[in-house]
Amino acid sequence: MDEATKVGLNTERRAEAAEKWVTFRIWRQESASAPGGFEEFRVPYRKGANVISCLMEIQRNPVNAAGKPTTPVTWDAACLEEVCGSCAMNVNGKVRMACSALVDKLEWPITLEPMRKFPMVRDLCVDRTRMFESLKRVKAWIELDGTYNIGPGPRQSQSEQAQRYVLSTCITCGSCLEACPQITQDNDFMGAAPISQVRLFNLHPTGAMHADDRLRGLMGPGGIQDCGKAQNCVQVCPKEIPLTTSIASMNRDVTRLVVKDLFFKDEESEAAVGGPA
Amino acid sequence: MSEQRFTVVGGGLAGLMTVIKLCEAGHKVDLLSIVPVKRSHSVCAQGGINGAVNTKGEGDHPDIHVKDTLRGGDFLAEQTSVKGMCYAAPGIIYLLDRMGVPFNRTPEGLLDFRRFGGTLHHRTAFAGATTGQQLLYALDEQVRRFEADGKVTKFEYWEWLGMVKDGSGRCVGSVAMDLRTMEVRAIPAEAVMLATGGPGIVFGRSTNSIINTGTAAGRAYLEGAIYANGEFIQVHPTSIPGEDKLRLMSESVRGEGGRVWVPKKKGDTRDPLSIPEEERWYFLEEKYPKYKNLVPRDVATREIFHVCRELGMGLGGRDGVYLDVTHIPASTLDAKIKGVMEIYEKFVGDDPRRHPMVIFPGMHYSMGGLYVTFEAGPNLEPLPASPKNQATNIPGLFASGEADYAYHGANRLGANSLLSCIYGGMIGGPAMMSYARNVAKGSTSVASTVFEDAKKQWAERFASIDRMNGAENPYVLARELGEVMTENVTVVRRNDRLRKTLEKLAELKDRWNRINVLDHGHSSNRPLSFVNQLWNMFALGEVITKSALLRDESRGAHYKPEFQLPEPKTRDPTQDPEWMKAWKERHQKWAKITLARWTPQGSEITYEDIPTPVLDPEPRWYA
Repeated sequence: MDEATKVGLNTERRAEAAEKWVTFRIWRQESASAPGGFEEFRVPYRKGANVISCLMEIQRNPVNAAGKPTTPVTWDAACLEEVCGSCAMNVNGKVRMACSALVDKLEWPITLEPMRKFPMVRDLCVDRTRMFESLKRVKAWIELDGTYNIGPGPRQSQSEQAQRYVLSTCITCGSCLEACPQITQDNDFMGAAPISQVRLFNLHPTGAMHADDRLRGLMGPGGIQDCGKAQNCVQVCPKEIPLTTSIASMNRDVTRLVVKDLFFKDEESEAAVGGPA
Repeated sequence: MSEQRFTVVGGGLAGLMTVIKLCEAGHKVDLLSIVPVKRSHSVCAQGGINGAVNTKGEGDHPDIHVKDTLRGGDFLAEQTSVKGMCYAAPGIIYLLDRMGVPFNRTPEGLLDFRRFGGTLHHRTAFAGATTGQQLLYALDEQVRRFEADGKVTKFEYWEWLGMVKDGSGRCVGSVAMDLRTMEVRAIPAEAVMLATGGPGIVFGRSTNSIINTGTAAGRAYLEGAIYANGEFIQVHPTSIPGEDKLRLMSESVRGEGGRVWVPKKKGDTRDPLSIPEEERWYFLEEKYPKYKNLVPRDVATREIFHVCRELGMGLGGRDGVYLDVTHIPASTLDAKIKGVMEIYEKFVGDDPRRHPMVIFPGMHYSMGGLYVTFEAGPNLEPLPASPKNQATNIPGLFASGEADYAYHGANRLGANSLLSCIYGGMIGGPAMMSYARNVAKGSTSVASTVFEDAKKQWAERFASIDRMNGAENPYVLARELGEVMTENVTVVRRNDRLRKTLEKLAELKDRWNRINVLDHGHSSNRPLSFVNQLWNMFALGEVITKSALLRDESRGAHYKPEFQLPEPKTRDPTQDPEWMKAWKERHQKWAKITLARWTPQGSEITYEDIPTPVLDPEPRWYA
């Protein structure tokens, strides 16, 4: 009798005495200040299973591989179709979205670890606040006059739309930061995602009116010049966003703006009605 | 006296639009969300957003949009709000365009529109097949702008637990819990908007995000808010069944020309690509020559169910039919629906551009929700800034988005949900301001003990949940709930099974008392919050099931074979006077909103006649 049965936990009937089991090694850490370590679980194999469906299985039967009851694993997830950006974690040492990590396509045992470039919250959960703060820093939005009904926006070509659309699919998952050798928990390099967002907004006809403001957000400590051009970001992006192209493009624009700021005092725009935004 | 603040719960489209309207008017807002708002479930919407912009020379008009929506909902939608929504739709699409949403374009650089279910017009603006994601991001960006200005305070990873009411029963704030530190806090507000989405997870596996437990709406109902039309649950015709969820395959797949079929020969095991055209049964095209594969969702779902479950003609004799786009050039598919092509590819492993997809209906959306009111203006649209708009029966509590009951009646048309969310926020925000202006005493004048008591009550509830050390696993109970709800309260409903479901719900509620909380941690203790949510999920399960049991007719997504009218003798049912008489009788009996109120003995169901000032009801047929 395993320990779970002994303590009378009414866990789920174990999948018709599953013939095949998947072993998981999962990072457990109760809080940022608590010590952490791996715990092993054996989950009945099901065709088509992914990492999240196995974590759900552990919720329904929180007993580790040694037969000892334990707490369910804590992880972040929502949509389970790779569009909400919640479930990025290290699966077998590689950062990716856990929902699309199919058990059949992974090497077993499967090792799950939290992203290491973000502050620990618990188990597989980390705090990605720095990514959202970066979006504020670079003003990743269109300066809208208001939500009044004042007709359509500017016309755009199909190719402009196609270029912007792919940039706009960034799910703020943090994979590009996790893979970036320049980023540590102690520094403040913003990473590829917000740089690519500047490109997204500067490509928009209205957004372009405030392009310089966003480029200035890329300057200074933690900005674009901290990029070491390792190109890891573009390889791990689950949305296949051309991040290195975005970085190169924004680098050019930032350099241009630095030169402009250095040699030309932009008196005309400062004298404009309303002044700089 | 402290400053006036508003609370918006939920960071999807409805919540964010409410926030924007409040901030634009200069107010300060506390925005509560169980996930970072950018990860809210609106992000999952794929196909598009409807608006009769009429750029294709089809003579489309908001009035036709109104008619399609009301017919699509089998004349159970709240008509004033539907008219307001459809008339506002073109302006909403333009607004999103100005916010920078990368909508697909025509060669001339204008917004492109695609076909969608339940209409014959190109009315759906879209950004690839991830329109919800793009719309959510646009509003998220605008809210971030207000946040950077100090107008919005985000409480992300905070769960709304319940209302704070003053002595008169007015909602003067909320109690919420930080899901990371487990801190419980009372948050005063002049008015509270619940934009907390739908209850998909009550059905276990659905197309919904796993955060869509319906817990907030369920709790509001337990605290006296009326829940309306709970029985109307949309089952989307095309989803990919999975262990953890049913992944949506957008209606836009059919909008772009996707065809649904099964082999004509039962149990045909040939590779679908080798089955010749004349040996395929395109059952939707055959039965509905006008709308073809784009009949409304409830109709398509029932036909697929019929083919698989009653005729036994599902693929390999099991649940599943082909959704085929292999005849469409891959470049077109990638330009217009790449997002869903990739989901199929990643989660099933086949390339849908080269191999027909296998799909089956999956629970998708709740038309029902918290009961709200509207005040009609002279044009029969909601009067701008009326405090009655989007207002629940609890003064100070508002609801919008999937959490409200109003816009979709007995069945929602595809691409109307993003629209109803944004419109609900657009009129909901101003309604909250008007309410706050008109109310005699603001929340700031409420004694602080009211908030302290509410907070204490919740802290005690969680202390008692923390002590639960029985034998039941809460996640197993949730799975059992999902299984019984999916089996008995989705596509086909039978009264005996619905009664059994109520018995099962009573059993689950009893077993809830013997739950083991599984975790006593003080940081990100998810089971602790889930045990509380589960109780609210049971409450909604009961509302949905009991409402379904008592409605003895078929209407929209609510289908009861035992109470089905016979087929009319003529293709156009209005030409069959006998059938028309039967239809009229039935309609008069059941053209009613179902109202569920919580009582200690369970759900009390009453009915309210549905006014039809905008459009007279008629039989709904698509053949």
